[in-house]
Amino acid sequence: MSDMAQPNRLPAGGAIEGRVDRNRPLAFTFDGKSYSGYAGDTLASALIAAGVKLIGRSFKYHRPRGIFSAGPEEPNALIELRGGARREPNTRATTIELYDGLEAASQNRWPSLAFDILAINQIASPLFVGGFYYKTFMWPASFWEKVYEPLIRRAAGLGRASESPDPDHYEKAYAFCDVLVVGSGPAGLAAALAAGRSGARVILCEDDAQLGGRLLSERQTIDDAPAHLFAAAAGGELRSLPNVCVMSRTQVFGAYDSEVYGALERVADHVTAPAAGVPRQRFWHIAAKRCVNAMGATERPIVFGGNDRPGVMLASAVRTYLNRFGVLPGRKAVVFTTNDDGWRTAADLVAAGAQVEAVVDPRASVDENLTKAAAAGGVRVLLGGYIVNVTGGARGVTSAIVSVAGKRQILTADLVAVSGGWNPQVALTTHRGGKPRWSDALSTFVPGDLPDGMTVAGAANGDLGLAESLRKGSEAGAAAAAACGFSAAPAPQPRAEDEPTAVAPLWHVAESRHKAFVDLQNDVTADDITLAHAEGFRSIEHLKRYTTLGMATDQGKTSNLNGHAMMAALTGQAMSDVGTILSRPPHQPVAIGAFAGHHRDRHFRPTRHTAGHAWALENGAVMVEAGPWLRPQYFPRSGEKDWLTTVVREVRTVRSVVGVCDVSTLGRIDIQGRDAAAFLDRVYVNTFSTLPVGKARYGVMLREDGFVMDDGTTSRFAEDHYVMSTTTANAAKIMQHLEFCHQALWPELDVSMVSVTEQWSQYAVAGPKARELLMQLYGPDVDLSNDALPYMGCREIPLRGIPTRLFRISFSGELAYELAVPARYGAAVLEALMALCGALGGCPYGTEAQSVMRIEKGHVAGNELNGQTVARDLGLGRMMSTKRDYIGRVMAGRPALMAPDRPTLVGIRPVEKGRRLTAGAHILPGGAAAVAANDQGYVTSVAYSPTCEGWIGLALVVNGPARHGERVHAFDAMRNNDQDVVICSPVFVDPEGVRLRG
Amino acid sequence: MGTFSFGSLLRNAMAGHKDWPRQWRAPDPKPAYDAIIVGAGGHGLATAYYLAKEHGVRNVAVLEKGWLGGGNTGRNTTIIRSNYLWEESEALYDHAVKLWEGLSHELNYNVMYSPRGVLMLAHNIHDIQVFKRHVHANRLAGIDNEWLTAEQAKEFCPPLNIAPGMRYPVLGAALRRRGGVARYDAVAWGYARAADRLGVDIIQNCEVKGIRRDANGAVTGVETTRGDIATKKIGVVAAGHTSVVMSMADVRMPLESFPLQALVSEPVKPVMPCVVMSNTIHAYISQSDKGELVIGAGTDQYISYSQTGGLHITTHTLDAICELFPMFRRMRMLRNWGGIVDVTPDRSPIIGKTPVPGLFVNCGWGTGGFKATPGSGHVFAATIARDEPHPIAAPFTMERFVTGRLIDEAAAAAVAH
Repeated sequence: MSDMAQPNRLPAGGAIEGRVDRNRPLAFTFDGKSYSGYAGDTLASALIAAGVKLIGRSFKYHRPRGIFSAGPEEPNALIELRGGARREPNTRATTIELYDGLEAASQNRWPSLAFDILAINQIASPLFVGGFYYKTFMWPASFWEKVYEPLIRRAAGLGRASESPDPDHYEKAYAFCDVLVVGSGPAGLAAALAAGRSGARVILCEDDAQLGGRLLSERQTIDDAPAHLFAAAAGGELRSLPNVCVMSRTQVFGAYDSEVYGALERVADHVTAPAAGVPRQRFWHIAAKRCVNAMGATERPIVFGGNDRPGVMLASAVRTYLNRFGVLPGRKAVVFTTNDDGWRTAADLVAAGAQVEAVVDPRASVDENLTKAAAAGGVRVLLGGYIVNVTGGARGVTSAIVSVAGKRQILTADLVAVSGGWNPQVALTTHRGGKPRWSDALSTFVPGDLPDGMTVAGAANGDLGLAESLRKGSEAGAAAAAACGFSAAPAPQPRAEDEPTAVAPLWHVAESRHKAFVDLQNDVTADDITLAHAEGFRSIEHLKRYTTLGMATDQGKTSNLNGHAMMAALTGQAMSDVGTILSRPPHQPVAIGAFAGHHRDRHFRPTRHTAGHAWALENGAVMVEAGPWLRPQYFPRSGEKDWLTTVVREVRTVRSVVGVCDVSTLGRIDIQGRDAAAFLDRVYVNTFSTLPVGKARYGVMLREDGFVMDDGTTSRFAEDHYVMSTTTANAAKIMQHLEFCHQALWPELDVSMVSVTEQWSQYAVAGPKARELLMQLYGPDVDLSNDALPYMGCREIPLRGIPTRLFRISFSGELAYELAVPARYGAAVLEALMALCGALGGCPYGTEAQSVMRIEKGHVAGNELNGQTVARDLGLGRMMSTKRDYIGRVMAGRPALMAPDRPTLVGIRPVEKGRRLTAGAHILPGGAAAVAANDQGYVTSVAYSPTCEGWIGLALVVNGPARHGERVHAFDAMRNNDQDVVICSPVFVDPEGVRLRG
Repeated sequence: MGTFSFGSLLRNAMAGHKDWPRQWRAPDPKPAYDAIIVGAGGHGLATAYYLAKEHGVRNVAVLEKGWLGGGNTGRNTTIIRSNYLWEESEALYDHAVKLWEGLSHELNYNVMYSPRGVLMLAHNIHDIQVFKRHVHANRLAGIDNEWLTAEQAKEFCPPLNIAPGMRYPVLGAALRRRGGVARYDAVAWGYARAADRLGVDIIQNCEVKGIRRDANGAVTGVETTRGDIATKKIGVVAAGHTSVVMSMADVRMPLESFPLQALVSEPVKPVMPCVVMSNTIHAYISQSDKGELVIGAGTDQYISYSQTGGLHITTHTLDAICELFPMFRRMRMLRNWGGIVDVTPDRSPIIGKTPVPGLFVNCGWGTGGFKATPGSGHVFAATIARDEPHPIAAPFTMERFVTGRLIDEAAAAAVAH
């Protein structure tokens, strides 16, 4: 052959020359050695061209392996692609488009591919049968953790993952169409043309870079021209239609509920690295009214001795390498086929100038045309024959031992092309639970129950002939479009022939005495199937799990059916009873990063900012996470030595002057309707129908099981209009809960609700000068006196033309208000408030000071509303209405939830003055041993209280209210902060509530 | 029946592996049994094994509508830990952990229990407070649980991202060192083989269609797709389908069933030394001995018996994995599947007697039943054999939902519901 660097490249201008671009040579390396190929090659075809036969080592026995297929079903030729942070282990050489500078390396071998120490496993292989590890590695007991498991783990796992973060990025995209066509072989192209010409919105997805599927690999004709020209012309027409979107390099990997399909577009996998700003891959959710599944079929191999040696290849893959890539996988071939289709490989090899030693077909007789054509090409025909063993080694196949009528003969060969028939790609039909159906005619499973909206056409449906595929595809495309309301005049069918496809089933050559592989990637042998049968692992699910059949990265694309059929033969069951393993999405493995897309780092989840965010940052706030929000935690001033100094100053300022806190993150739900009051009475434990207009009330909500779900104040602005507030953390959950209550439980109530959290900015103004500050803000015309706006009052008051709501509510225990303004004025109003506040000697305060003041006041918050407390535990039992029903009432009344010995809210103070308390410490009786039996509760919240001049805390303690004054122990071994504490009332400041009514 | 050992493996290897017996028989159902277990998952098989081994009740059948170990036992992410919040749960799960330690020898089957440590990540102040409370509760109960800083967590699990720039940075972690993983299939098979050797009949492809009762309401047998079978004791261990079986005896269960998804990556050489869980951003992950990353997602929001689940749930979980382990972004997801979990109102299981005499139930394990398998079977067997709750099982009665004496582990569940 012409090219020294590519000894197996067929010469240009020959009968078979392939369609790579010989004007664009590309350089690449494999295991550090340089090679060259052409644009249009895959890594596999380029390696074949270069004469490289040994590509990898097998999983368990480290047997030499070569290239077995020409597509995504490849079990053997797995390599590490690229290097460094972009290293991609277990990548199939058969699907990688060659690009200039490609780097690939073999994997799972040491020290080198040619000399792999663990190949010694082959000698010990009698020990390493399926499931051997369940029977040993148990003695001595301590060795499992220390010795055996680390060894097993090192030996297992194929390639090496990258050890650095992926430098590339991924995009997510959403598409909608009338007809999704999956696959662009003859059926897919015909379907897309029929649907596209009708005007329907069509998306055609093709995994390969080129449209055409098998049309690119066969010497067939359509309309008397080479079939690949039909594919090119069809692609041209489809791309010209404005209603059709052609997506090549796009794998549809899964079918999901609601007719959603997951697809992965490889945007930049065919170049060294994505250009700046270009994603590596794009993850598509495609919502399609109809789907024509034309994913084609996968050729199945036959199980016989030495069927894993480099040089044993699927017969159809041989044709792909010849006809598409112009490379010769072997010079002296034996074809082993159980069906008419395999004979074409012999013909194509002869046409390409290779020598074909024989076609071995176990059938006693075949179509005369096949044998005649073989004879014309000088090919021996061995009918009724089997290959029982293939010899060879790391350098590839050397011979095939064939048995015909009990007589053995040795055929010298460097290529064994194998075909056991075709398996339709049923995966997409099973993702939603559809069960495939057994076809005796094809000796394989064909699509059975189909998911809603899907039809299957062409080889994927078991229609293997070219003319039939084109016709069925066209019909399916037209029908799918018609189902969406589109029709077109039927176009004339392209002329093509249905080649013979007769097949006789043969799964396993029983005469083989050498290792015969069922699952090449997981090294599952015929003997393993026999062993699984003997040990009772006979259900195909047990077979799979015990032997790992079909659990490799190819999900058994070339192994499952053979393995299941071999088990069926052993148990005597019919294949229709044996069934098949339902494949799981994704059809081919998908990068984890593609699922995440740009949801990473700061964009992992949205970050929500209040209208006052910028002001807070400008004023030095330290921010803290509060659910999806960021809130100011505290506002340090220069000279303050730590956060505690700042917080103490903020608390003192609020308690003695005035402070302002952004409380916009609390959930707000606007509730309106004739039955709004009745609705609230059912969701809150206390009554809201009696709340006068212009008043606010603190409310507690229970879950169905009687535990406290959330709390907050709800205000009434009109007979039929309430505004509810929720905690920040539960805002979405409560909205969901209310919607559920209304839509599912009481649809008859005339009430509507909407979340207005984002529509309003809200500021707490607290402290003795709070009223003064607000009077300055609103001006002299607004009366904010105790009579005009008493404690727990609320009013809508315009502020320079802006509608505002003013609530006289207090979380801090001070005279306090909350001012709500439309969010677009939030920043401006905050600035105005803060200017006035500063002039009065007040300050902004954050969540820390807020928390200190609520602990001082004994108000419960998230730490106490932890989903494990009932209202009584929190001292809120008296709020529970005894007159009417509400969610959670019955369950809250269960005896154990009413028992006095439940942990109940108390305050605690350290015995040792000035000692720091820690939250999470458990409460034990004084002097009791630190064991679980003595556990009496725990500390929920702690704070340094400037008002009490010491640490204080809230705790849930068994029999709490009866134990004020008792000295108990706070157990905190973790932080060495064990100490005695005294139980007290949870209200540390102003227990009579004089200040907030002031 | 042969005993498994390196010696027996060697002998059989030399004999071409032709002499291995069935690991369990495939018997036809007998007309009557002393006890019938419904459901041949890990918990059901363990129950049968301990009934035979510890209580001498050997005339036992385990009925399975499909193939043994084919439900949640064969679909879960295999995490084993016992750092629960309440004393009752700690006792139950720690009982299981102690049995895990010796299980391979007990069953003469390598279940590959691998205590490689379970890290639970804290991402905000609330997490820190909750975990520290957990650590203290566990210490009081004598269960190891440590608090690690973010740097210590990274040292324990080098692939972990603790960069401060994360949306929800890792602020610390609770570490249960003796937590880990095991080979789930081996657990079911090991119990099946060991129970079978003690005389238990494991009857697959045998679906229970009805429960027979006498005039007093006590059970007298079951109706199955393979005929009627008499018995005076029935233990129902049917996971997601428990409600369906219990309704045959007119017992309504406080259970809801949800799809729960899991997935694995392609296998790679060891990269992940331990188990990492994050409640806050919804993910958990470990690496199997075969090299696959095993990743668990949250439950669907709505009740369902579909064994698939939504694409967005998977996506949400993988977002979180990429955030915690940026070096895994380029690894590929291989398979994604779902199972049905049965969830109680307090997220703790139900183990014990029922209002129907002779009918016992073990269910409600929610998202975390695998870890309890040996302990669950052990205490349930005692409960059935003695007709009174095992002391560890006693708090886990169904009555607790009536009395309100709950064991509320919602906050301790693997992933928030």
